[in-house]
Amino acid sequence: MTEAALPAPVTAPAVDRERLTAIGFVLPSFVIIAGVFALPLVLLLGVSVVDANGLTFAHYKRLLGTPYYLGVIWNSLRLGLLTTLIAFLISYPAAFALARARGALRAILLATLFLPLAASVIVKAFAWTILLRSDGIVNETLIALGVIEDPIRMIFTETALIVGAVNIFLPFMILPIYAIVAQLDPRYAEAASTLGASPVVTFFHVILPLTLPGIIAGVALVFSLSVSAYVVPTLLIGEKYPTLATTIAKAYLLAREPGFGAAAGVVLLGIAIAVVALSARLSREPK
Amino acid sequence: MMTRAAIIVCWVMAIGLALFLLVPLLVIAAASFSPTPVFDLPLTGASTRWYGRIGRLDGFWPSLLLSLQIALFSTAISLVCGTLAAIAIARGKLPGAGIFATALVSPLMMPGLVLGIALLQGFRAVGFTAPWATLLVAHLVITLPYVARTMIAGLSRFDFTLIEAARTLGCTYPGSVLRVMVPALAPSFLIAGIFSFLASFDNYPVSIFLADVRTKTLPIRMLQYIEEAPDPTLAALSTLILLGTVILLFVSDRVVGLHRMAGTSD
Repeated sequence: MTEAALPAPVTAPAVDRERLTAIGFVLPSFVIIAGVFALPLVLLLGVSVVDANGLTFAHYKRLLGTPYYLGVIWNSLRLGLLTTLIAFLISYPAAFALARARGALRAILLATLFLPLAASVIVKAFAWTILLRSDGIVNETLIALGVIEDPIRMIFTETALIVGAVNIFLPFMILPIYAIVAQLDPRYAEAASTLGASPVVTFFHVILPLTLPGIIAGVALVFSLSVSAYVVPTLLIGEKYPTLATTIAKAYLLAREPGFGAAAGVVLLGIAIAVVALSARLSREPK
Repeated sequence: MMTRAAIIVCWVMAIGLALFLLVPLLVIAAASFSPTPVFDLPLTGASTRWYGRIGRLDGFWPSLLLSLQIALFSTAISLVCGTLAAIAIARGKLPGAGIFATALVSPLMMPGLVLGIALLQGFRAVGFTAPWATLLVAHLVITLPYVARTMIAGLSRFDFTLIEAARTLGCTYPGSVLRVMVPALAPSFLIAGIFSFLASFDNYPVSIFLADVRTKTLPIRMLQYIEEAPDPTLAALSTLILLGTVILLFVSDRVVGLHRMAGTSD
């Protein structure tokens, strides 16, 4: 009774104290995430289905039942899909070159990734508006080269939108892919070719599966950023390409329709959560 | 043969990507020296007069000051809260640490605009409407995920038994934390600070719903200038912001190395 039971009361409070300290450490962050992130999002869900007369789904009916707003949702998805696809096609091969680069070349290439990443989105979008104006540099260069005779309209077209979005979100695609590719053991590919696999087989059966976590991370990040982009479509295409993001801003800042804006926000949030859930599920699956 | 072709494609893509990413930055810098008000490239003669006009932009100084204040304060608070949380998560004594870690970084993947309107509704519902304070509190959610992500990653490589070792060798507890843990985590801390500062300083989608006529952050002001009357003064301002970013990145590269920010360990 005496000797055997003695250690227990000593260690138990020690464990408790460690756990209490841990809870104390996370408490401030928990308060911020719960109070300033989770709770307001739940409230937003409430605002989207409640009006002066009680429960209503009118806002969702308007969003999901009118061709105009279905087009708006499609515009957002299209912007996200095209940006993600093009960014991936450029980034994936580039990540392999970046992983092979050494010394000064690697430092320069990494700097060209980080500088635009750290630069303001508004500054970059503004730069594209200057570049793509009808009297802008792209047009004047094409005319000087004799490719075209009259300036072509580039700003406020879908091309301008996609070029700008790819430019702004590219670093978010290549960095996660590069992080995985840089850790790739070249002996896997060597082993595959030693065992008689052709380069194509080696790529699809060894390299691609091994780099999949980076691809999933990059695709999820770029899609969720571009599908909800606001500054880029506002400056590069404007009114004629309404997206969920521009619809939300309009509903709150101009039209004063918080219920409808909240519903559009919930739809956009749903897309973002679906992307996160899907990417988490895909990256958890065994290779 | 095929492998060589693939390697060439990789290099072409990498160099093309680097040039493509630099295009807007170079254009802004070039346009800021435009001799005329219509963004001519300074081929016929450069002018620096636009730099002198930045300070005269309507409402520029209060907006710059506001953005700097919000970015500095929110980063400082997030660094403290996020680092404490990351320590608790890394020590493994916290029930549900994995879920909480995911929750901490989840605002990164959520549309900023949706967070903005949610906060607008939430703050209104509790009668919290002072613009400066709402901006600061809102920016905590923007900066905290950057700190949490970087510090959790940094701490996952930190061996906590080193603190015990230092104490065994005669260090006091605060002394061992100061001399073992702080130097080991300093690079992560710096990277977390820089990225959360930039995320706050550049934020538009959340701030726009919390600002009022007299309290506008610099990005809100800049978008307003661009939509109303774009002239090379804005390019000059953008160039100065870029220059500040270059200096910040250069200094942090000297201190910790850029490759660490890319998430590789070598």
